[in-house]
Amino acid sequence: MTTVFMLLHMAILIGVVVGAVAYYTYAERKVLGAMQRRQGPMTVGPFGLLQPLADGIKLISKETIIPAQANGPVFVLAPMLTFTLALIAWVVIPVNAKLVLADINVGILYLLAVSSMGVYGVVMAGWASNSKYAFLGGLRSASQMVSYEVSMGLVIVCVLLCAGSLNLSEIVLADRPFLMQVLLFPMFIVFLISILAETNRAPFDLPEGESELSGGFMVEYSSMTYALFFLGEYANMILMSGMTTVLFLGGWLPPFCNRVSP
Amino acid sequence: MGYEAILVFFIAGVFLVVFANFLSNLISHKSDNKSKQDPYECGVETIGPTWVQFKVGYYLFAVLFLLFDIEVAFLVPWAVVFKEMGTVALIEILVFLFILGLGL
Repeated sequence: MTTVFMLLHMAILIGVVVGAVAYYTYAERKVLGAMQRRQGPMTVGPFGLLQPLADGIKLISKETIIPAQANGPVFVLAPMLTFTLALIAWVVIPVNAKLVLADINVGILYLLAVSSMGVYGVVMAGWASNSKYAFLGGLRSASQMVSYEVSMGLVIVCVLLCAGSLNLSEIVLADRPFLMQVLLFPMFIVFLISILAETNRAPFDLPEGESELSGGFMVEYSSMTYALFFLGEYANMILMSGMTTVLFLGGWLPPFCNRVSP
Repeated sequence: MGYEAILVFFIAGVFLVVFANFLSNLISHKSDNKSKQDPYECGVETIGPTWVQFKVGYYLFAVLFLLFDIEVAFLVPWAVVFKEMGTVALIEILVFLFILGLGL
C-alpha cells in the first residue's frame, strides 16, 4: 500500500514539476513582455495559455543535430544529466510535516550534493560540442556556478546553527525566536543572490547571454536536448526557490511563524 | 528511511528523459542537408582550431572551490551539534577558522 502511495506521490510530483516549469516559461515571456510594454504570447490559446504546449510539441518534433566530430555519447548525456539532477532533488522538499518523498536525515547535504553535480552537466555540454563558443561558455558558467556553491553552503551553515538538524522538516519546525529571524534576514538576501548566480539568471546570465556568447554552452543543442536543458534550468530555479522557502520563510507554515516562544 | 524513494525516483527520471529523446527521434523529420553538422560560428566557416587552449585560471578556480567546499563540509556537522555543546564548540571552531584564515 505504501509502495502504491509512494508511486502515486512520485507521479504527482513529476507532473507538477514539469507542468510548473512549462508554465514558468510562459510566465517569463508574459512578464518580460509587460515590462517592455507589449503583450507576451497571445495567439495560441486564450491569452496564449497553451503556448508551452505548442513549444513542447515543436521541440519534440524537430531533429536533434549532433555536430560532426562532437563527442556523441557525452553530447547526448549532458542535458539528460542536467534534467535528471534537477528532478531528483525534489524528493526532499517537504510540503507538510513529514509529507515528503524521502524523509532523510541529511536533506540539506543531499541538496548541496545534487546542485554540485549540476556543474558536471554544464562542463560536459561545453566540452562535447565541437565549438569554441560552447567550450568557453561552459567553462565560464561552471566557474560561476561553482563559486556561488560555496556561498550557498556557508549560508546554509548559518541556518543550520539555528535549526540543529539536517532534516528539512526539522528545519521548518525548529523553534526560531524573533531575534533569530531578524538576524537571518541578511543571510536571506545573500542566499537569494547566490541562487541567482547558481542558476545563471539575471544579472548573472553572462554565460548564456544570447548577445555575448551566442548561447554559451547550449549553442549546438537543437530540439529535445535543448528542451531538456531549458527544463532542467527552470526546474533548478524552482527548486532553489523552494529551498529558500524551507530554510528562511517557514516552509509550509506562514512566514515568521515557526517559533514556540515570542 | 526514504532512500529507496530516491532510487526509484532516479530511475523514473532517467526513464522519462530517455523516453523523451526516443520519442523525439521517432517523430522528427531528418533533413538531408549535410552541412547541418558544421559547428556554429555566426554563419561563417570556423577559423582556427576548435578546442582552444584551456586557461589555467579555471583550474585554479576549481581548486579553490574544492578547498572551500571541504571547509563547508567540516562546518556542517559542527553547526548541527552546536546547540548542545555550547562555548567549547565556539572556541574550537574559531581555532579551525583561524587556521583556515591563515591559509588564505
